[in-house]
Amino acid sequence: MTTSPSTPGVSPAARRPVRHRGGIRGREGTAGWVFMTPVIVILGLFLLLPIIAAVWVSISDWSGHGSPLDAGFVGAENYQTLLAKPGLSQQNLATSLRNNFYYVILVVPIQTVLALFLASVLNGRRLKGKGFFRTAFYFPSVTSTIAIMTVFLFLFTTTGVVNQMLSWLGLHGPNWFQDPRGVLRLILSGLHLVDTSNPPGWLVNNHFLGMSWYDWLAGPSVAMCALIVLAVWTTGGTFMLMFLAALQDIPDEVVEAARVDGATRWQSFRSVTLPALRPTLFLVVTLGLIGTWQIFDQIYILGGGNPAKTTLTPAYLSYQASFGDGKWGQGAAISFILFAIIIVMTIIQRLVMRERKHLPRRRRFRPAPPIARAEQGATAPAGGTR
Amino acid sequence: MSTIAASPTRAPLAPLSTGRVRHRGWHLLRTVISYLVLIAFAILYIYPFLIEIATSFKTDADATANPLGLIPETWTTKAFQQLASVDFPRWFVNSIVVSVIVTLGRLFFDSLAGYALARLHFLGRRALGGAIIAVMAVPGVVLLIPKYLVLVQLHMFNSYLGMIIPLMADAAGVFIMRQFFIAIPVEVEEAARIDGAGTFRTFWSVVLPMARPALITLTILSFQGSWNEFTHFLISRNSPSLNTLTTGVAQLVSGQFGGSTQFPLKLAAALLMTIPTAVVFFVFQRYFIRGASAGAVKG
Repeated sequence: MTTSPSTPGVSPAARRPVRHRGGIRGREGTAGWVFMTPVIVILGLFLLLPIIAAVWVSISDWSGHGSPLDAGFVGAENYQTLLAKPGLSQQNLATSLRNNFYYVILVVPIQTVLALFLASVLNGRRLKGKGFFRTAFYFPSVTSTIAIMTVFLFLFTTTGVVNQMLSWLGLHGPNWFQDPRGVLRLILSGLHLVDTSNPPGWLVNNHFLGMSWYDWLAGPSVAMCALIVLAVWTTGGTFMLMFLAALQDIPDEVVEAARVDGATRWQSFRSVTLPALRPTLFLVVTLGLIGTWQIFDQIYILGGGNPAKTTLTPAYLSYQASFGDGKWGQGAAISFILFAIIIVMTIIQRLVMRERKHLPRRRRFRPAPPIARAEQGATAPAGGTR
Repeated sequence: MSTIAASPTRAPLAPLSTGRVRHRGWHLLRTVISYLVLIAFAILYIYPFLIEIATSFKTDADATANPLGLIPETWTTKAFQQLASVDFPRWFVNSIVVSVIVTLGRLFFDSLAGYALARLHFLGRRALGGAIIAVMAVPGVVLLIPKYLVLVQLHMFNSYLGMIIPLMADAAGVFIMRQFFIAIPVEVEEAARIDGAGTFRTFWSVVLPMARPALITLTILSFQGSWNEFTHFLISRNSPSLNTLTTGVAQLVSGQFGGSTQFPLKLAAALLMTIPTAVVFFVFQRYFIRGASAGAVKG
C-alpha cells in the first residue's frame, strides 16, 4: 500500500475548503452525484442487486426457467439439503469443503513463508540484478491462470517434466492430475499406522456432514497437491513484492543497532524485522485466505473436480449445481455458505493475529480514523490468490 | 583469502585484522548463497515459460518424448496453424475488444468517482465511500450465479454489452484514484475554479492530466484484469462466437482436446494469450509493481 503514508497527512480541514459555501457547494453536490452515477449504476446493478437476488434464489426453488421472482418460497430447505440432509448434495458439499480446506491450510502458510523468504534474500543490500529476479518471480502473477494451468498440465503428466526431474533423484512420480489418492492417508499407510484395506472402525463409522472421519482425514489428493504447487508458484511473487516494499521501509539503522547490541542475524530478524512486517504479514495472510477459498479456474480446467471429486471446491460446486444441474437454489446457497466461511476465517485470523500489547496508547482508545479503516477494507477484496 | 596476503601493512594489528577478514569472508559466503538461492528460484520461475515456448514449436511426439528439451527436434508451426482453424483468432479479437473497452471505461468512470469521493462535497459522500469499500470485500466467485440472473433479467446475457458493462467500473479502481486525488494539493484546482472553470472542466483539464501515474497504474491493472478474466465470461455468455481467450482456451484444454495429449497445440494457445500481458508487463513494469502494492486487488 504505497499510497497509505501520504493519506493521513491530509487533514480533513485541508480537504474541506471553507470558502466554498452556498452556490458552489450546491453545484458541487449535484456534480458529486453526477460523477458517481456510472459507478453507482454499474456496481448497484452487478454487485448489490445480484447479492439481493441471490438471497432470494437461495431460499426459493427456482429451476432456471422463467423469472426467479415467480419461483416458490422454500425457506431454509436448500441450506438444509446441503448441511443436514444425508444425500448426494451434502456429500458433495462436504467433499468440496474438505478439498478446499486442505488447499487453504497448505497454500497460505507455504506461499507466505516463500514470499517472505524470497523478499528477505532479495533485500540484501549488496545484491546486483535485483530487478531481474523481482521480475522473474513476479511475472507468473500477471499471467492468466488458464494459461498457467495449461502449462502445469503439461509439466505434471506421467512422463512430464516434473516426473523426469524426480527420476534423477531416483523417485518415481505419480500421474499427478489423475491421482485421487489422499496424501495424508498415503503417508499414514506408508508409516504402517493405518491399513488402507482395513481402516479403523471408529474412523469409518463416525460421520460429519455425511462424510466419514476417515474421508475427512484423507488429506489433499495428489492432484490437489499439484494445484497447491501451482498456487504457491504463481502467487508467491505478488506477496514477495509486498514484503519487499515493507522491508525497504525498515531503516537499516534499526536492524544494525540490534546487531551491534549483539543480536544474531536470526534474533534480529525475529525481534526487529518480523514485528515491523506485521501489518504486511497480516495483509498477505488475509489476501491468501480470501483468494484460496475462491479457487475456480483450475478446477474448471480439470473438468470439475477430477480425479474422483478430489479437486472439487465449493466455488465450483455452486457453479455446477446451478448451471449444470439446474439446482439454482442450492447453487446460491453454496455461495452464501462459502461467503460465510470466508468471513469466519478472516475473523478468526484477525483474532489470532491481533496485536496484543504493542498497540500504541493513542491508537488503543480512539477508533481508527476513517482512512485507516478504509485501507484495511481495501485489503480485504483481492482475487489476489489463485 | 587473498586479502591477508595483500595487506602486509596491517600485520601489527593481527587479531583485529583476522577478525575483519573472517567477517568479510562471511559476507562473501552470504552473498554467494543469496545468489545461488535466487538463481535456483529464477530457474524454477522462468523454465516453465521456456518450456511453454519450446513445446509449442514441437511435434506431438517430440513433446511427449522429450518434455524437458528447449530445442525442438523438428521445428513446426503446426500447432499455430491448427489454432487458426479452431476460432482462436476470433477469441483473440474478442479479448482485445472487451479488454480495451473495459479499460477505457474503468479509467473514465473510476477516476470520475474517485475524484468525487476525494474532492467534491456532497450529501452522502461518506456513505458512498464506505459502500465502495464494503463492495470490495465481497468475494467475486460468490457473485457468479446472481450476476448471471441479473444479466438474463436485463436481456444482456450472450452479448458484448453483458460481457463488458459489468466490468466497466470496479471498486478497487475507484479507491486507487481516490487515494491519488486526495494527495494532490487543492490549490491547483482552486486556481482553475477562480478562473471560472466548472467542476467537470477542472477535473478533465486540470486534475486528470496530473493523475498520469495513477491512470497508468489503473490502465495496467484493468487491462491485465479483464484480459485474464475468466469467470465473468463463463457466466455472461454461452455462444461460442463470444468466447474470449480465457473461455476459449479453457474449453480447448479441458474439452474438445482435453483427453488427447496435443500439448503443442494447448501450449501454443497458452503462449499466445500470455504475450499481450507480457508485453504490457515488461513495458510498464514499474507501474505494475506499484499497482501490486497499491491496489493489491483484481476486478
